[in-house]
Amino acid sequence: MVDTRVNLAGVELRNPVIPASGTFGFGSEIAQFYDLNILGGISTKGTTPIERSGNGQPRIAETRCGMLNSVGLQNPGARHVAAIELPNLRSIFKGAVIANISGFSEEDYRSCARIIGPHCDIIEVNISCPNVHGGGMAFGTDPTEAARITAAVKQETTVPVFVKLSPNVTDIASIARACEDAGADGLTLINTVSAMRIDLATRKPLLAARIGGLSGPAIFPIAVRMIWQVASACRIPIMGCGGVMDAEDVLEMMMAGATAVQVGAANLADPFACKDIVENLPITMEKYGIQSLKEIIGCSLKM
Amino acid sequence: MIKAPFTIVSHKEIALGVFELVLSGNTSGILRPGQFVNLSLDGFFLRRPFAVADRTEETFTILYKVVGRGTRALGQMKPGHRLDVLTGLGNGFDAGRACGKKVLLAAGGMGLAPLFHLGKELTASGVEVCSVMGFNTAADVCYDKEFGKFGEVRIATMDGSTGIKGFVTDAMKGLDFDLFYACGPLPMERALCLGTEKPGQVSLEARMGCGTGICMGCTLITRNGARRVCADGPVFDKEDLIW
Repeated sequence: MVDTRVNLAGVELRNPVIPASGTFGFGSEIAQFYDLNILGGISTKGTTPIERSGNGQPRIAETRCGMLNSVGLQNPGARHVAAIELPNLRSIFKGAVIANISGFSEEDYRSCARIIGPHCDIIEVNISCPNVHGGGMAFGTDPTEAARITAAVKQETTVPVFVKLSPNVTDIASIARACEDAGADGLTLINTVSAMRIDLATRKPLLAARIGGLSGPAIFPIAVRMIWQVASACRIPIMGCGGVMDAEDVLEMMMAGATAVQVGAANLADPFACKDIVENLPITMEKYGIQSLKEIIGCSLKM
Repeated sequence: MIKAPFTIVSHKEIALGVFELVLSGNTSGILRPGQFVNLSLDGFFLRRPFAVADRTEETFTILYKVVGRGTRALGQMKPGHRLDVLTGLGNGFDAGRACGKKVLLAAGGMGLAPLFHLGKELTASGVEVCSVMGFNTAADVCYDKEFGKFGEVRIATMDGSTGIKGFVTDAMKGLDFDLFYACGPLPMERALCLGTEKPGQVSLEARMGCGTGICMGCTLITRNGARRVCADGPVFDKEDLIW
Protein backbone atom coordinates (compact mmCIF):
# COMPACT_ATOMS: atom_id res chain seq x y z
CA MET A 1 0.00 0.00 0.00
CA VAL A 2 1.65 3.22 -1.14
CA ASP A 3 1.30 6.55 0.68
CA THR A 4 -0.13 9.33 -1.51
CA ARG A 5 -0.54 11.90 1.26
CA VAL A 6 1.24 15.26 1.06
CA ASN A 7 1.31 18.31 3.31
CA LEU A 8 0.84 21.72 1.77
CA ALA A 9 1.95 24.47 4.20
CA GLY A 10 0.25 22.65 7.06
CA VAL A 11 -2.79 21.52 5.07
CA GLU A 12 -2.90 17.72 4.84
CA LEU A 13 -4.03 16.33 1.46
CA ARG A 14 -5.06 12.71 0.84
CA ASN A 15 -3.24 12.94 -2.49
CA PRO A 16 -1.52 15.72 -4.47
CA VAL A 17 -4.13 15.95 -7.26
CA ILE A 18 -5.93 19.31 -7.43
CA PRO A 19 -8.07 20.59 -10.33
CA ALA A 20 -6.66 23.97 -11.34
CA SER A 21 -8.53 27.24 -11.06
CA GLY A 22 -10.75 28.01 -14.04
CA THR A 23 -11.03 24.41 -15.18
CA PHE A 24 -13.44 23.10 -12.56
CA GLY A 25 -15.84 25.97 -11.76
CA PHE A 26 -16.80 25.67 -8.08
CA GLY A 27 -17.09 21.88 -8.32
CA SER A 28 -20.85 21.48 -8.80
CA GLU A 29 -20.73 20.42 -12.47
CA ILE A 30 -18.12 17.68 -12.02
CA ALA A 31 -19.81 16.55 -8.77
CA GLN A 32 -22.59 15.22 -11.03
CA PHE A 33 -20.05 12.89 -12.67
CA TYR A 34 -18.02 11.58 -9.71
CA ASP A 35 -17.50 11.96 -5.95
CA LEU A 36 -15.16 14.94 -5.51
CA ASN A 37 -13.83 13.49 -2.25
CA ILE A 38 -11.28 11.39 -4.15
CA LEU A 39 -9.40 14.67 -4.87
CA GLY A 40 -6.68 16.12 -2.66
CA GLY A 41 -7.99 19.65 -3.08
CA ILE A 42 -9.88 21.91 -5.46
CA SER A 43 -8.74 25.30 -6.70
CA THR A 44 -11.86 27.32 -7.44
CA LYS A 45 -12.60 29.78 -10.25
CA GLY A 46 -10.62 33.03 -10.02
CA THR A 47 -12.71 35.53 -8.07
CA THR A 48 -12.66 39.33 -8.12
CA PRO A 49 -14.39 41.68 -5.64
CA ILE A 50 -17.12 42.59 -8.14
CA GLU A 51 -18.67 40.10 -10.59
CA ARG A 52 -17.24 40.03 -14.13
CA SER A 53 -18.81 38.72 -17.34
CA GLY A 54 -15.41 38.24 -18.97
CA ASN A 55 -14.10 38.84 -22.49
CA GLY A 56 -15.96 38.74 -25.81
CA GLN A 57 -16.32 35.70 -28.06
CA PRO A 58 -14.49 33.71 -29.19
CA ARG A 59 -12.58 32.90 -26.01
CA ILE A 60 -11.28 29.45 -26.94
CA ALA A 61 -8.86 28.37 -29.67
CA GLU A 62 -7.43 24.92 -30.07
CA THR A 63 -3.86 24.24 -31.03
CA ARG A 64 -1.76 21.12 -31.46
CA CYS A 65 -1.19 19.62 -28.01
CA GLY A 66 -3.20 22.25 -26.21
CA MET A 67 -5.54 25.18 -26.28
CA LEU A 68 -5.69 28.94 -25.82
CA ASN A 69 -8.25 30.69 -23.66
CA SER A 70 -9.10 34.30 -23.02
CA VAL A 71 -12.03 33.91 -20.64
CA GLY A 72 -11.07 37.06 -18.75
CA LEU A 73 -11.96 36.14 -15.16
CA GLN A 74 -15.69 35.67 -15.58
CA ASN A 75 -16.93 35.14 -12.02
CA PRO A 76 -19.93 35.99 -9.80
CA GLY A 77 -17.97 38.25 -7.40
CA ALA A 78 -16.41 37.63 -3.97
CA ARG A 79 -19.56 38.07 -1.85
CA HIS A 80 -21.53 35.55 -3.91
CA VAL A 81 -18.59 33.12 -3.88
CA ALA A 82 -18.23 33.42 -0.09
CA ALA A 83 -21.98 33.18 0.59
CA ILE A 84 -23.02 30.53 -1.95
CA GLU A 85 -20.29 28.80 -3.94
CA LEU A 86 -17.72 27.95 -1.26
CA PRO A 87 -20.31 26.79 1.33
CA ASN A 88 -21.89 24.61 -1.41
CA LEU A 89 -18.48 23.14 -2.19
CA ARG A 90 -17.75 22.58 1.51
CA SER A 91 -21.02 20.67 1.86
CA ILE A 92 -19.99 18.08 -0.75
CA PHE A 93 -16.19 18.16 -0.48
CA LYS A 94 -14.11 17.43 2.62
CA GLY A 95 -10.68 17.99 0.99
CA ALA A 96 -8.72 21.24 0.80
CA VAL A 97 -10.65 24.17 -0.64
CA ILE A 98 -8.19 26.48 -2.37
CA ALA A 99 -9.83 29.77 -3.27
CA ASN A 100 -8.24 31.59 -6.19
CA ILE A 101 -8.54 35.40 -6.02
CA SER A 102 -7.62 38.12 -8.49
CA GLY A 103 -7.90 41.86 -8.91
CA PHE A 104 -6.83 45.10 -10.52
CA SER A 105 -5.47 46.87 -7.46
CA GLU A 106 -3.95 46.08 -4.08
CA GLU A 107 -7.32 46.92 -2.49
CA ASP A 108 -9.07 44.38 -4.79
CA TYR A 109 -6.80 41.61 -3.50
CA ARG A 110 -7.22 42.76 0.11
CA SER A 111 -10.98 42.87 -0.26
CA CYS A 112 -11.15 39.37 -1.81
CA ALA A 113 -8.91 37.92 0.90
CA ARG A 114 -11.05 39.46 3.66
CA ILE A 115 -14.32 38.19 2.18
CA ILE A 116 -13.15 34.75 1.04
CA GLY A 117 -10.45 33.84 3.58
CA PRO A 118 -12.92 32.57 6.24
CA HIS A 119 -14.42 30.09 3.72
CA CYS A 120 -11.33 28.28 2.46
CA ASP A 121 -8.22 26.35 3.56
CA ILE A 122 -5.75 28.11 1.28
CA ILE A 123 -5.91 31.38 -0.64
CA GLU A 124 -4.30 31.26 -4.07
CA VAL A 125 -3.41 34.75 -5.25
CA ASN A 126 -3.56 35.03 -9.02
CA ILE A 127 -1.04 37.68 -10.05
CA SER A 128 -0.59 36.03 -13.42
CA CYS A 129 -3.81 36.17 -15.44
CA PRO A 130 -2.80 37.05 -19.02
CA ASN A 131 -6.38 37.77 -20.05
CA VAL A 132 -7.23 41.01 -18.30
CA HIS A 133 -5.74 44.44 -18.89
CA GLY A 134 -4.38 46.66 -16.15
CA GLY A 135 -4.21 43.88 -13.59
CA GLY A 136 -3.56 40.22 -13.17
CA MET A 137 -0.29 39.56 -14.90
CA ALA A 138 0.95 43.13 -14.38
CA PHE A 139 1.51 42.27 -10.71
CA GLY A 140 3.18 38.99 -11.53
CA THR A 141 5.88 40.21 -13.86
CA ASP A 142 7.63 42.54 -11.42
CA PRO A 143 9.22 41.30 -8.15
CA THR A 144 8.36 44.50 -6.24
CA GLU A 145 4.70 44.42 -7.29
CA ALA A 146 4.45 40.69 -6.59
CA ALA A 147 5.85 41.24 -3.10
CA ARG A 148 3.49 44.16 -2.43
CA ILE A 149 0.38 42.11 -3.30
CA THR A 150 1.67 39.11 -1.33
CA ALA A 151 2.27 41.19 1.81
CA ALA A 152 -1.13 42.87 1.47
CA VAL A 153 -3.03 39.56 1.23
CA LYS A 154 -1.04 38.13 4.16
CA GLN A 155 -2.26 41.03 6.33
CA GLU A 156 -5.89 40.21 5.56
CA THR A 157 -6.09 36.48 6.23
CA THR A 158 -4.94 33.75 8.59
CA VAL A 159 -5.09 30.85 6.07
CA PRO A 160 -1.96 29.92 4.09
CA VAL A 161 -1.37 32.16 1.07
CA PHE A 162 -0.05 30.68 -2.18
CA VAL A 163 0.91 33.09 -4.95
CA LYS A 164 0.24 31.89 -8.50
CA LEU A 165 3.07 32.94 -10.80
CA SER A 166 3.20 33.77 -14.49
CA PRO A 167 5.58 32.00 -16.87
CA ASN A 168 5.67 35.14 -19.02
CA VAL A 169 8.77 36.51 -17.30
CA THR A 170 12.52 36.42 -17.84
CA ASP A 171 13.49 35.23 -14.37
CA ILE A 172 10.74 33.43 -12.48
CA ALA A 173 13.05 32.60 -9.55
CA SER A 174 13.49 36.28 -8.67
CA ILE A 175 9.71 36.79 -8.54
CA ALA A 176 9.28 33.60 -6.51
CA ARG A 177 11.91 34.77 -4.00
CA ALA A 178 10.25 38.20 -3.73
CA CYS A 179 6.94 36.48 -2.83
CA GLU A 180 8.65 34.20 -0.32
CA ASP A 181 10.41 37.16 1.32
CA ALA A 182 7.06 39.00 1.49
CA GLY A 183 5.58 36.16 3.52
CA ALA A 184 4.01 33.79 0.97
CA ASP A 185 3.33 30.34 2.46
CA GLY A 186 3.68 28.72 -0.95
CA LEU A 187 3.65 29.23 -4.71
CA THR A 188 1.59 27.90 -7.61
CA LEU A 189 3.24 27.72 -11.01
CA ILE A 190 2.71 28.10 -13.85
CA ASN A 191 -0.28 30.02 -15.17
CA THR A 192 -0.88 29.94 -18.94
CA VAL A 193 1.73 30.98 -21.48
CA SER A 194 0.86 34.13 -23.44
CA ALA A 195 -0.06 33.08 -26.99
CA MET A 196 -2.00 33.92 -30.18
CA ARG A 197 -3.69 32.22 -33.13
CA ILE A 198 -4.79 33.90 -36.36
CA ASP A 199 -7.91 32.96 -38.32
CA LEU A 200 -7.01 32.40 -41.99
CA ALA A 201 -10.50 33.30 -43.18
CA THR A 202 -10.80 36.64 -41.36
CA ARG A 203 -7.01 37.31 -41.37
CA LYS A 204 -7.34 38.53 -37.79
CA PRO A 205 -6.42 37.14 -34.36
CA LEU A 206 -8.82 34.30 -33.66
CA LEU A 207 -9.58 35.26 -30.06
CA ALA A 208 -11.71 38.37 -29.52
CA ALA A 209 -9.20 39.48 -26.87
CA ARG A 210 -6.48 38.81 -29.52
CA ILE A 211 -3.96 37.37 -27.01
CA GLY A 212 -4.81 34.42 -24.80
CA GLY A 213 -3.15 31.89 -22.55
CA LEU A 214 -1.78 28.57 -23.82
CA SER A 215 -2.40 25.50 -21.68
CA GLY A 216 -2.36 21.75 -22.13
CA PRO A 217 0.49 19.26 -22.68
CA ALA A 218 2.37 21.74 -24.92
CA ILE A 219 3.42 23.71 -21.82
CA PHE A 220 4.22 20.78 -19.51
CA PRO A 221 8.03 20.88 -20.00
CA ILE A 222 8.02 24.66 -19.49
CA ALA A 223 6.22 24.14 -16.19
CA VAL A 224 8.63 21.39 -15.12
CA ARG A 225 11.61 23.62 -15.87
CA MET A 226 10.19 26.60 -13.97
CA ILE A 227 9.15 24.47 -10.96
CA TRP A 228 12.68 23.07 -10.87
CA GLN A 229 14.18 26.58 -11.00
CA VAL A 230 11.87 27.92 -8.29
CA ALA A 231 12.31 24.86 -6.07
CA SER A 232 16.07 25.43 -6.34
CA ALA A 233 15.67 29.06 -5.24
CA CYS A 234 12.94 28.88 -2.55
CA ARG A 235 12.04 26.87 0.58
CA ILE A 236 8.23 27.25 0.51
CA PRO A 237 6.05 24.49 -1.04
CA ILE A 238 4.99 24.58 -4.69
CA MET A 239 1.75 23.55 -6.35
CA GLY A 240 2.89 22.55 -9.83
CA CYS A 241 0.57 23.35 -12.73
CA GLY A 242 0.78 23.24 -16.51
CA GLY A 243 -0.19 20.54 -18.98
CA VAL A 244 -0.53 17.63 -16.56
CA MET A 245 -2.38 14.79 -18.32
CA ASP A 246 -1.68 11.62 -16.34
CA ALA A 247 -0.17 10.13 -13.19
CA GLU A 248 3.31 10.00 -14.74
CA ASP A 249 3.15 13.78 -15.23
CA VAL A 250 2.22 14.16 -11.54
CA LEU A 251 5.31 12.20 -10.46
CA GLU A 252 7.55 14.15 -12.86
CA MET A 253 6.33 17.50 -11.53
CA MET A 254 6.85 16.35 -7.95
CA MET A 255 10.38 15.21 -8.79
CA ALA A 256 10.95 18.73 -10.18
CA GLY A 257 9.98 20.16 -6.79
CA ALA A 258 6.19 20.31 -6.56
CA THR A 259 4.49 19.23 -3.32
CA ALA A 260 1.09 19.04 -5.01
CA VAL A 261 0.04 19.09 -8.65
CA GLN A 262 -2.81 20.93 -10.32
CA VAL A 263 -4.61 19.55 -13.35
CA GLY A 264 -6.10 22.15 -15.67
CA ALA A 265 -6.82 21.84 -19.37
CA ALA A 266 -7.10 18.05 -19.08
CA ASN A 267 -10.45 18.57 -17.28
CA LEU A 268 -11.77 20.35 -20.36
CA ALA A 269 -10.69 17.57 -22.71
CA ASP A 270 -12.15 14.94 -20.37
CA PRO A 271 -14.31 15.68 -17.31
CA PHE A 272 -13.01 12.45 -15.73
CA ALA A 273 -9.32 13.42 -16.11
CA CYS A 274 -8.64 14.04 -12.40
CA LYS A 275 -10.48 10.86 -11.38
CA ASP A 276 -8.39 8.80 -13.81
CA ILE A 277 -5.17 10.40 -12.53
CA VAL A 278 -6.08 9.76 -8.87
CA GLU A 279 -6.94 6.13 -9.64
CA ASN A 280 -3.75 5.55 -11.62
CA LEU A 281 -1.44 7.23 -9.12
CA PRO A 282 -0.85 4.25 -6.74
CA ILE A 283 -0.07 1.75 -9.53
CA THR A 284 2.20 4.29 -11.22
CA MET A 285 4.04 4.84 -7.91
CA GLU A 286 4.50 1.08 -7.57
CA LYS A 287 5.84 0.87 -11.11
CA TYR A 288 8.59 3.36 -10.22
CA GLY A 289 9.24 1.92 -6.74
CA ILE A 290 7.84 4.90 -4.85
CA GLN A 291 6.50 4.01 -1.39
CA SER A 292 5.58 7.52 -0.29
CA LEU A 293 5.12 10.60 -2.47
CA LYS A 294 6.86 12.72 0.16
CA GLU A 295 10.15 10.99 -0.68
CA ILE A 296 10.19 12.22 -4.31
CA ILE A 297 9.37 15.93 -3.83
CA GLY A 298 12.26 17.79 -5.42
CA CYS A 299 14.41 14.64 -5.68
CA SER A 300 15.74 15.78 -9.08
CA LEU A 301 17.32 18.83 -7.43
CA LYS A 302 19.84 16.76 -5.48
CA MET A 303 22.11 15.96 -8.39
CA MET B 1 -24.16 13.04 -19.24
CA ILE B 2 -22.70 9.63 -19.97
CA LYS B 3 -19.19 9.00 -21.23
CA ALA B 4 -19.07 5.90 -23.37
CA PRO B 5 -17.23 4.28 -26.28
CA PHE B 6 -19.11 4.32 -29.59
CA THR B 7 -18.44 2.50 -32.86
CA ILE B 8 -19.07 3.97 -36.31
CA VAL B 9 -21.71 1.86 -38.05
CA SER B 10 -22.41 4.09 -41.05
CA HIS B 11 -20.64 7.10 -42.54
CA LYS B 12 -21.70 8.62 -45.84
CA GLU B 13 -21.51 11.86 -47.80
CA ILE B 14 -25.09 13.13 -48.23
CA ALA B 15 -24.32 16.48 -49.90
CA LEU B 16 -21.15 18.24 -51.05
CA GLY B 17 -18.74 17.92 -48.09
CA VAL B 18 -21.63 17.06 -45.77
CA PHE B 19 -21.54 13.76 -43.89
CA GLU B 20 -24.03 11.67 -41.97
CA LEU B 21 -22.33 9.69 -39.20
CA VAL B 22 -24.13 6.97 -37.27
CA LEU B 23 -22.52 5.69 -34.06
CA SER B 24 -23.50 2.67 -32.01
CA GLY B 25 -23.20 2.48 -28.21
CA ASN B 26 -24.96 3.42 -25.01
CA THR B 27 -27.38 6.19 -26.04
CA SER B 28 -29.25 6.32 -22.73
CA GLY B 29 -27.60 9.65 -21.88
CA ILE B 30 -29.37 11.41 -24.76
CA LEU B 31 -32.62 12.56 -23.22
CA ARG B 32 -34.16 15.11 -25.59
CA PRO B 33 -33.76 16.80 -28.99
CA GLY B 34 -31.35 19.74 -29.04
CA GLN B 35 -28.81 18.11 -26.73
CA PHE B 36 -25.33 17.59 -28.08
CA VAL B 37 -22.51 15.07 -27.95
CA ASN B 38 -18.78 15.78 -27.60
CA LEU B 39 -16.53 13.51 -29.68
CA SER B 40 -12.89 12.89 -28.83
CA LEU B 41 -10.78 12.62 -32.00
CA ASP B 42 -7.29 11.11 -31.98
CA GLY B 43 -4.66 13.83 -32.27
CA PHE B 44 -6.94 16.69 -31.25
CA PHE B 45 -6.77 18.15 -27.75
CA LEU B 46 -10.33 19.39 -27.37
CA ARG B 47 -13.48 17.43 -28.14
CA ARG B 48 -15.80 18.35 -31.01
CA PRO B 49 -19.41 19.18 -30.12
CA PHE B 50 -22.20 18.08 -32.49
CA ALA B 51 -25.98 18.28 -32.19
CA VAL B 52 -27.74 14.93 -32.25
CA ALA B 53 -29.77 14.60 -35.45
CA ASP B 54 -31.41 11.31 -34.58
CA ARG B 55 -31.38 8.68 -31.86
CA THR B 56 -32.46 5.07 -31.40
CA GLU B 57 -31.97 2.65 -28.50
CA GLU B 58 -28.59 1.61 -29.95
CA THR B 59 -27.41 4.48 -32.16
CA PHE B 60 -27.26 8.23 -32.61
CA THR B 61 -26.68 10.24 -35.78
CA ILE B 62 -24.79 13.47 -36.33
CA LEU B 63 -24.54 15.58 -39.48
CA TYR B 64 -21.52 17.74 -40.17
CA LYS B 65 -19.83 19.75 -42.88
CA VAL B 66 -16.08 19.47 -43.38
CA VAL B 67 -14.77 22.93 -42.49
CA GLY B 68 -11.52 22.50 -40.56
CA ARG B 69 -8.88 20.04 -39.40
CA GLY B 70 -11.17 18.27 -36.95
CA THR B 71 -14.04 17.60 -39.34
CA ARG B 72 -11.51 16.69 -42.06
CA ALA B 73 -10.05 14.00 -39.79
CA LEU B 74 -13.54 12.84 -38.84
CA GLY B 75 -14.44 12.57 -42.51
CA GLN B 76 -11.69 9.97 -43.01
CA MET B 77 -13.01 7.60 -40.35
CA LYS B 78 -14.46 4.30 -41.49
CA PRO B 79 -17.16 2.04 -40.05
CA GLY B 80 -15.74 0.01 -37.17
CA HIS B 81 -13.69 2.94 -35.84
CA ARG B 82 -14.23 3.55 -32.11
CA LEU B 83 -14.68 7.01 -30.58
CA ASP B 84 -14.88 8.19 -26.97
CA VAL B 85 -18.07 10.26 -26.64
CA LEU B 86 -19.74 12.38 -23.97
CA THR B 87 -23.49 12.17 -24.63
CA GLY B 88 -26.51 14.06 -23.39
CA LEU B 89 -24.84 17.46 -22.98
CA GLY B 90 -26.84 20.69 -22.79
CA ASN B 91 -30.51 21.21 -22.09
CA GLY B 92 -32.12 20.78 -25.51
CA PHE B 93 -35.46 22.05 -26.83
CA ASP B 94 -38.58 22.38 -24.72
CA ALA B 95 -40.86 20.27 -26.91
CA GLY B 96 -43.67 20.58 -24.38
CA ARG B 97 -44.28 24.15 -25.51
CA ALA B 98 -45.39 22.87 -28.92
CA CYS B 99 -48.41 21.00 -27.56
CA GLY B 100 -51.50 22.00 -29.57
CA LYS B 101 -49.55 24.58 -31.60
CA LYS B 102 -48.52 24.95 -35.23
CA VAL B 103 -44.75 24.73 -35.30
CA LEU B 104 -42.17 26.12 -37.72
CA LEU B 105 -38.74 24.49 -37.87
CA ALA B 106 -36.28 27.05 -39.26
CA ALA B 107 -32.99 25.42 -40.30
CA GLY B 108 -29.91 27.16 -41.66
CA GLY B 109 -27.29 24.82 -43.14
CA MET B 110 -26.15 22.16 -40.68
CA GLY B 111 -28.51 23.68 -38.13
CA LEU B 112 -31.01 21.23 -39.57
CA ALA B 113 -29.50 18.42 -37.47
CA PRO B 114 -31.13 19.02 -34.05
CA LEU B 115 -34.34 20.20 -35.75
CA PHE B 116 -34.70 16.84 -37.49
CA HIS B 117 -34.55 15.05 -34.14
CA LEU B 118 -37.07 17.54 -32.74
CA GLY B 119 -39.37 17.27 -35.79
CA LYS B 120 -39.50 13.49 -35.45
CA GLU B 121 -40.47 13.77 -31.81
CA LEU B 122 -43.06 16.51 -32.41
CA THR B 123 -44.81 14.77 -35.32
CA ALA B 124 -44.83 11.49 -33.35
CA SER B 125 -46.83 13.26 -30.66
CA GLY B 126 -49.23 14.74 -33.22
CA VAL B 127 -47.90 18.30 -33.46
CA GLU B 128 -48.44 20.06 -36.81
CA VAL B 129 -45.01 20.97 -38.28
CA CYS B 130 -43.81 22.95 -41.28
CA SER B 131 -40.17 23.62 -42.15
CA VAL B 132 -37.96 26.14 -43.89
CA MET B 133 -34.45 25.03 -44.80
CA GLY B 134 -31.77 27.43 -45.97
CA PHE B 135 -28.60 26.48 -47.88
CA ASN B 136 -25.93 28.27 -49.86
CA THR B 137 -26.53 26.35 -53.08
CA ALA B 138 -28.35 23.32 -54.54
CA ALA B 139 -25.32 21.04 -53.96
CA ASP B 140 -25.62 21.63 -50.19
CA VAL B 141 -29.24 20.53 -49.93
CA CYS B 142 -29.82 17.45 -47.79
CA TYR B 143 -32.46 15.97 -45.49
CA ASP B 144 -35.17 17.87 -47.41
CA LYS B 145 -37.05 14.63 -48.12
CA GLU B 146 -36.77 13.60 -44.47
CA PHE B 147 -38.20 16.94 -43.34
CA GLY B 148 -40.91 16.47 -46.01
CA LYS B 149 -42.32 13.63 -43.91
CA PHE B 150 -43.16 16.14 -41.16
CA GLY B 151 -45.24 18.43 -43.42
CA GLU B 152 -44.67 21.34 -45.83
CA VAL B 153 -41.02 22.14 -46.56
CA ARG B 154 -39.69 25.28 -48.23
CA ILE B 155 -36.10 25.46 -49.44
CA ALA B 156 -34.14 28.69 -49.76
CA THR B 157 -30.73 28.99 -51.42
CA MET B 158 -28.50 32.03 -51.42
CA ASP B 159 -27.75 31.69 -55.14
CA GLY B 160 -31.27 30.65 -56.15
CA SER B 161 -30.02 27.40 -57.71
CA THR B 162 -32.97 25.59 -56.13
CA GLY B 163 -36.03 26.69 -54.16
CA ILE B 164 -36.54 30.32 -53.28
CA LYS B 165 -33.59 32.68 -53.84
CA GLY B 166 -32.68 34.27 -50.55
CA PHE B 167 -32.68 33.58 -46.84
CA VAL B 168 -34.76 31.39 -44.57
CA THR B 169 -36.59 34.56 -43.54
CA ASP B 170 -37.55 35.16 -47.21
CA ALA B 171 -38.83 31.61 -47.67
CA MET B 172 -40.97 31.61 -44.53
CA LYS B 173 -43.15 34.51 -45.65
CA GLY B 174 -46.84 33.60 -45.50
CA LEU B 175 -46.35 30.42 -43.46
CA ASP B 176 -48.86 30.06 -40.66
CA PHE B 177 -47.31 29.07 -37.31
CA ASP B 178 -47.63 29.80 -33.57
CA LEU B 179 -44.15 28.85 -32.38
CA PHE B 180 -40.76 28.37 -34.03
CA TYR B 181 -37.66 26.35 -33.29
CA ALA B 182 -34.51 27.55 -35.05
CA CYS B 183 -30.92 26.48 -35.53
CA GLY B 184 -28.44 27.92 -37.99
CA PRO B 185 -25.82 30.63 -38.45
CA LEU B 186 -26.10 33.55 -36.04
CA PRO B 187 -27.15 36.13 -38.71
CA MET B 188 -30.04 33.85 -39.72
CA GLU B 189 -31.14 33.38 -36.12
CA ARG B 190 -30.92 37.10 -35.53
CA ALA B 191 -32.98 37.97 -38.61
CA LEU B 192 -35.57 35.40 -37.64
CA CYS B 193 -35.91 36.55 -34.02
CA LEU B 194 -36.10 40.23 -34.97
CA GLY B 195 -38.40 39.57 -37.95
CA THR B 196 -41.22 37.69 -36.25
CA GLU B 197 -43.55 38.49 -33.38
CA LYS B 198 -44.05 34.80 -32.69
CA PRO B 199 -42.32 33.12 -29.74
CA GLY B 200 -39.64 30.54 -30.30
CA GLN B 201 -36.53 28.75 -29.18
CA VAL B 202 -33.09 29.08 -30.75
CA SER B 203 -30.19 26.63 -30.59
CA LEU B 204 -26.88 28.49 -30.59
CA GLU B 205 -23.43 27.46 -31.71
CA ALA B 206 -20.26 28.50 -29.90
CA ARG B 207 -16.59 27.70 -29.72
CA MET B 208 -16.52 25.52 -26.65
CA GLY B 209 -13.73 24.45 -24.37
CA CYS B 210 -15.24 21.77 -22.17
CA GLY B 211 -18.90 21.32 -23.14
CA THR B 212 -19.72 20.57 -19.48
CA GLY B 213 -19.97 24.08 -18.04
CA ILE B 214 -16.67 24.31 -16.18
CA CYS B 215 -14.48 26.57 -18.34
CA MET B 216 -16.69 29.61 -19.12
CA GLY B 217 -15.33 29.52 -22.68
CA CYS B 218 -18.67 29.80 -24.49
CA THR B 219 -20.39 32.46 -22.36
CA LEU B 220 -23.06 34.63 -23.91
CA ILE B 221 -24.66 37.70 -22.35
CA THR B 222 -28.45 37.20 -22.18
CA ARG B 223 -31.26 39.14 -20.55
CA ASN B 224 -30.70 36.82 -17.57
CA GLY B 225 -26.99 37.68 -17.40
CA ALA B 226 -23.96 35.66 -18.48
CA ARG B 227 -24.99 32.18 -19.62
CA ARG B 228 -22.93 29.24 -20.86
CA VAL B 229 -24.01 28.02 -24.31
CA CYS B 230 -22.91 24.46 -23.40
CA ALA B 231 -24.48 24.01 -19.98
CA ASP B 232 -27.23 26.66 -19.82
CA GLY B 233 -28.09 26.19 -23.53
CA PRO B 234 -27.46 25.47 -26.31
CA VAL B 235 -31.19 26.17 -26.66
CA PHE B 236 -32.41 29.55 -25.43
CA ASP B 237 -35.82 31.19 -25.49
CA LYS B 238 -35.99 33.95 -28.11
CA GLU B 239 -37.05 36.37 -25.36
CA ASP B 240 -33.78 35.80 -23.43
CA LEU B 241 -31.46 36.68 -26.31
CA ILE B 242 -30.00 40.13 -26.90
CA TRP B 243 -29.30 40.83 -30.59
